[in-house]
Amino acid sequence: MKDKKIPLLEMKNISKDFSGNQVLNDINFSIQKGEILGLVGENGAGKSTLMKILFGMDEIRTTGGYGGQVIIKGEVVNFNSSLDALEKGIGMVHQEFSLLPDFSAAENIVLNREPLKPSIMSELFGDRMNSLNRDEIDAIAKTSIEKLGISLDTSMKVSSMPVGHKQFTEIARELSKDAKGETNPIELLVLDEPTAVLSEKEADSLLIAMRKLAKQGIAMIFISHRLNEIIDVCDTMMVMRDGLIIKHIPIEGVNVQDIARWMVGRNVSNSSKPREFDYTDKPTILDIQKLWVDMPGETVKNVSLEVKKGEILGIGGMAGQGKLGIPNGVMGLYQSGGKVVFDGKELLLNNPRSLLDAGLAFVSEDRRGVGLLLDESLEWNVAFTAMQVQDKYLKKYLKGFMTWRDSKAIEEVTQKYIDQLEIKCTSSKQKAKELSGGNQQKICLAKAFALEPKLLFVSEPTRGIDIGAKALVLESLRKYNRELGTTIVIISSELEELRAICDRIAIVTDGKIEGILEASKPSEDFGLLMIGQKVEEAI
Amino acid sequence: MKKITSKGIKSLIRNNLVTVLFLVICSIGIPLSGYSPSYLISEIIVRLSRNSFLILSLLIPIMAGMGLNFGMTLGAMAGQIGLIFVTDWNVVGIPAMVLAIIISIPISILLGQLCGRILNKAKGREMVTSYILGFFMNGVYQLIVLYGMGSIIPIKNTSLVLPRGYGIRNTVNLIGIRRSLDSLFNLSIFGIKIPLMTFIVIALVCVFIVWFRKTKLGQDMRAVGQDMEVAASAGIQVEHTRIVSIVISTVVAGIGMIIYLQNIGTLNTYNSHTQIGMFSVAALLVGGASVSKANIGNVFLGVILFHLMFIVSPMAGKNLIGQAQLGEYFRVFVSYGVITMSLVLYEMRKKRENLANAEKLQENQGALNED
Repeated sequence: MKDKKIPLLEMKNISKDFSGNQVLNDINFSIQKGEILGLVGENGAGKSTLMKILFGMDEIRTTGGYGGQVIIKGEVVNFNSSLDALEKGIGMVHQEFSLLPDFSAAENIVLNREPLKPSIMSELFGDRMNSLNRDEIDAIAKTSIEKLGISLDTSMKVSSMPVGHKQFTEIARELSKDAKGETNPIELLVLDEPTAVLSEKEADSLLIAMRKLAKQGIAMIFISHRLNEIIDVCDTMMVMRDGLIIKHIPIEGVNVQDIARWMVGRNVSNSSKPREFDYTDKPTILDIQKLWVDMPGETVKNVSLEVKKGEILGIGGMAGQGKLGIPNGVMGLYQSGGKVVFDGKELLLNNPRSLLDAGLAFVSEDRRGVGLLLDESLEWNVAFTAMQVQDKYLKKYLKGFMTWRDSKAIEEVTQKYIDQLEIKCTSSKQKAKELSGGNQQKICLAKAFALEPKLLFVSEPTRGIDIGAKALVLESLRKYNRELGTTIVIISSELEELRAICDRIAIVTDGKIEGILEASKPSEDFGLLMIGQKVEEAI
Repeated sequence: MKKITSKGIKSLIRNNLVTVLFLVICSIGIPLSGYSPSYLISEIIVRLSRNSFLILSLLIPIMAGMGLNFGMTLGAMAGQIGLIFVTDWNVVGIPAMVLAIIISIPISILLGQLCGRILNKAKGREMVTSYILGFFMNGVYQLIVLYGMGSIIPIKNTSLVLPRGYGIRNTVNLIGIRRSLDSLFNLSIFGIKIPLMTFIVIALVCVFIVWFRKTKLGQDMRAVGQDMEVAASAGIQVEHTRIVSIVISTVVAGIGMIIYLQNIGTLNTYNSHTQIGMFSVAALLVGGASVSKANIGNVFLGVILFHLMFIVSPMAGKNLIGQAQLGEYFRVFVSYGVITMSLVLYEMRKKRENLANAEKLQENQGALNED
């Protein structure tokens, strides 16, 4: 690195905590003009928080700001919004497209920065009555697309574009932001997983475009899970883990295996022993074939998976790769297709009721949305689905012509689970919304347990709850599996958690099962699967 | 043009089911009614001049993604208040109309602001909110016209006021401005009278709408209509833009109501405005518009088809079963039916498109896997 020059961006001693939870710890790095810095790390490593600090997002300020300094060309800055950052020439290309589908590429590129032609009406009613200068709009769009060195039809509507072109449109929009001369020219671009949704060919042309931009002196921070791309395009790379910079080195001589090890390689001693359970001779209870699910942000493309009776199967992988889509699709919450055979019978997809009838249950990752009736009592929450689906906790009169709720049975069963799961509440009549996150999660579990399912999907069971509650939730799942022999499929972003409780772990990458390993395998192997590298001895 | 295939025709019919249905109804009704073509054409021309302006007021909120603005009733009330005043002041002719418009505009702006602000609080439920808001404001209108006028607000002309001394009579004779715009320049082709001036005014509004789409504000509205979040993140003032679109709609509706009533010639003080929103919305939908997409062509096609049915159905009903009431019954029944059907069809089409997208995604994936 050219250490003598003043760096374009320097972040000094950056630290950040969210109410006591340290997510960034003494981060120091700098980036030069025209440098491409690769930034990698697991979910939750602190990458996005770091970028949010750089752009002065509200989220950072409302949670108590950050420690340390952000220095741009030798000047300490403190942005209040991404518009401020833009003024200093720092742009961001988002992971999800913020494009308007019915506008053309050009219209999207200049959105709200359209060059105008004055008209008589604007004298009366203000600038917004000026008409658009179509020629100039097109010219601006063309110049910024030229900078990328790609061919893109500026008059094409976004809705009819292939994904790659959408990504280019987004980047072109960032590049065009200096066109009116009101802001500094873009000097630093942050690209947050721009290739995640692209095909290989599209990704390649994006990488070429990036190199072209770098030659024009634009520095980039490139966040990606595709490590090969990082090696291909970056000058330097930085690995983050648990809020620390693990490595910050020039890219020469680094290989994918090294990066994977740095990303996941924890020095934690594996205290909880994997349990002894031989699944190999057990019958298959759930057979998923060629499943696809159209869940926004978690698209499943082609998943085939066998679940053995009585096992605990983990499904892991990076966020956005499709692991959450699997249970949501099988349980009919999102449009899906393919073949799912459960207990010898083929299931009717896209029909939650028939799936519940078949003996499947699902604890959703969306506790507050799908999981709970927030304004109702705990009793209602625990018993509701069982009442609806299985006619449990009901008293029948007049030969079943009239059914009444059996309040006593409901109270008993709720009390049973409150004791079993150690749910902290004033009584079983308390409203669900008054409980803490961890206890709400336990109520969700109790609700699923009350159905006494043959197979239970549990999605992100420990998201957003503290360590003590985590252990208890995991232990109760294990206990439930041990005592009743219920097959459990756990979907979680936390690999260590899966390794602690599961028999086997399937890793989902890019909407497909990348591989299934026994939980006792070293975490590096899982890390390689997550970034799309097959391991030889995958089962 | 696309090649016409049976599949293409099928999807064309499916996407314009309401329009096709009306074409069928009219093509059955016209021979049954026994009306001559020249009578039908002259009737249609009258209806076009009478209703088009009102319906054009619906276009801009649709562009801003706010759906069908049932709140145009508010503008109609403003227009009627303007007409009551000019009638009281004994102004006649074109000056009377201009004066009525001048009175209505500030009231429309005020009501439009109110409506826009309320709709901003009810994002995603604009249509039902504006519909109910119309009912609520009808109460306020009645309070002002039935109790306020003649007592607090001075009304000199006794023929306007109820015998008890305050409140406006049920019907106001608009003799002073009747047909004043329509008969300004009259053109007669093959014995069919064409109110040229009215059509010129309507054409001006069309030009305004076309031009408006090309302005910065129009572009912002289209952006807001597609995705409020994206628009906001680009720095567009979403809420303000939405309010402006409703204000414009309300003002245009107010002027439209004045044009409508100068053609009719009498003001039904407590009823004229109540159904105007519904009939306008229904006509626009018949013309092939949807909750999220409408253009000027939809307006004229809608007026022609919707009113053709009104014209022919009483006579067709009389010839068919000996009762003319069938036509009146049809009018209300069909209007509600059209709106319901369009809304249901719109949702169904959206669902179908989502499904098609999901399948396309799957196919693409399959192709990728084969590579």
